[in-house]
Amino acid sequence: MAFLEVENYRKKFGENEVLKGISFSLEKGEVLAIIGSSGGGKTTLLRCLNFLESPDEGTLSVNGETLFDAAEKKQYSDAQIREKRLHFGLVFQQFNLFPQYTVFRNITLAQTLLAKGEIRAKKRAFRAEIRALPATARKARKAEQKQELVQLSGGLKERIEARALQLLERVGLLEKKDSYPYQLSGGQQQRVAIARALALEPDILCFDEPTSALDPELTGEVLKVIKGLKDTESTMIVVTHEMEFAKNVADKVIFISDGVIEEEGEARELFENPQSEKTKAFLRRSLEEDFE
Amino acid sequence: MFLDVFTALCEGFLVSCEIFILTLVFALPLGLLIAFGSMSRFRVIKSVVKFFVWIIRGTPLMLQVMFIFYGPGLLFGWRAMERLLAVLIAFIINYACYFSEIYRGGIESISKGQYEAGQVLGMTKSQIFFKVVLLQVVKRIVPPMSNEIITLVKDTSLARIISVVELLFVAETYLLRGLIWPLFFTAVFYLVFVGVLTVLFHFIEKKLNYFRV
Repeated sequence: MAFLEVENYRKKFGENEVLKGISFSLEKGEVLAIIGSSGGGKTTLLRCLNFLESPDEGTLSVNGETLFDAAEKKQYSDAQIREKRLHFGLVFQQFNLFPQYTVFRNITLAQTLLAKGEIRAKKRAFRAEIRALPATARKARKAEQKQELVQLSGGLKERIEARALQLLERVGLLEKKDSYPYQLSGGQQQRVAIARALALEPDILCFDEPTSALDPELTGEVLKVIKGLKDTESTMIVVTHEMEFAKNVADKVIFISDGVIEEEGEARELFENPQSEKTKAFLRRSLEEDFE
Repeated sequence: MFLDVFTALCEGFLVSCEIFILTLVFALPLGLLIAFGSMSRFRVIKSVVKFFVWIIRGTPLMLQVMFIFYGPGLLFGWRAMERLLAVLIAFIINYACYFSEIYRGGIESISKGQYEAGQVLGMTKSQIFFKVVLLQVVKRIVPPMSNEIITLVKDTSLARIISVVELLFVAETYLLRGLIWPLFFTAVFYLVFVGVLTVLFHFIEKKLNYFRV
């Protein structure tokens, strides 16, 4: 079984069927590029993987664990969905940084909240445990629990912060850590967004047209960062219009058209020797656009 | 003579301030509740709330004050309530409705991307609202809110319609005795109060200037 398995994903918005049965798989450390014209369902697919949309049919598994099964989706609680989606990270086209926080806090915020939530849950569990104990045993157990809590929360903040700094260094923005998003260029904002997504250590990092909202001269720096991640063995799915990038960085490419996978294959092979007529036409058009 | 009148006006002004502060304290949170109601996913709740807001915004506040004060007596023969209480109820409901529309505008102006960014980072709905959205909403609504709150300062004078002894009512009692200047002197109170508020809101706006939405 592959690291990521998507089986027969279908999604309708009203009468409009956007995904008409998408299946693919991906191995750990691989980079998958998804290409295709606008409105073909690429973004919807990414949103389904990140639980921002819920497919009408299909299953999804990561590392052997079934994360989504349309047949059971009604039973998923909010908390479960939150846990499931943490297997994925998503970098948006519009960056969506939090404007009121510094770059540094943008990166640490979610992790800090998660850690606090865990500690709170632990405390609740501990209290329940104490209530269940006979009065004589309580004192000793309480002391033990206190130890455990100290261990759990000790150095947590430092670890989160150290990791944020490390990530900022990786995207080359360490000196911007105290800046606010509006003080950064689009390319820099997107690099922060990448660091923010990485902070939660997702199994699979998704990019939704990460350079489409950027001025052409800024796309390079973002693509370079994504390319750099490939060397760190990150598993990534990139929806992109940058054909050169897809060809050079991706291991696999999927061409989606009208909600179905029209063609898929090893990157170089698909670009140099496309089989389907639709793929050929699409690649020709993209090439022409690049020259314009 | 001047000192006597001034003292009396000050007492009236205190009542005006009381109406102002109590209205704010209750209407600000109630407005948020109404705003959530008017954005509810449940159509029934949404329609009922929107209808209610329409009634409140569609009729004069003065009429509402009289309705709250006289209505229960005329309709059900209840004993008249405390005058100030009637004013407060009418003011709180009225201002909560106006505030709710300002909140709604502010909340709906936040891009969907902010919510989604919070979601994919594993935040809960309340974390997204309180940690991500709220401050951005506050920044956006400070200007329209300050407008509404400044209007409230002057609206407190409507309480005189059911003889609550607020600033303007006190001045009018002098007018009836042939003394005109206290009536116009009340303007000084309102102007100073609004001046202080203007400075305060300016300060808040400046405080929130460190980021841009």
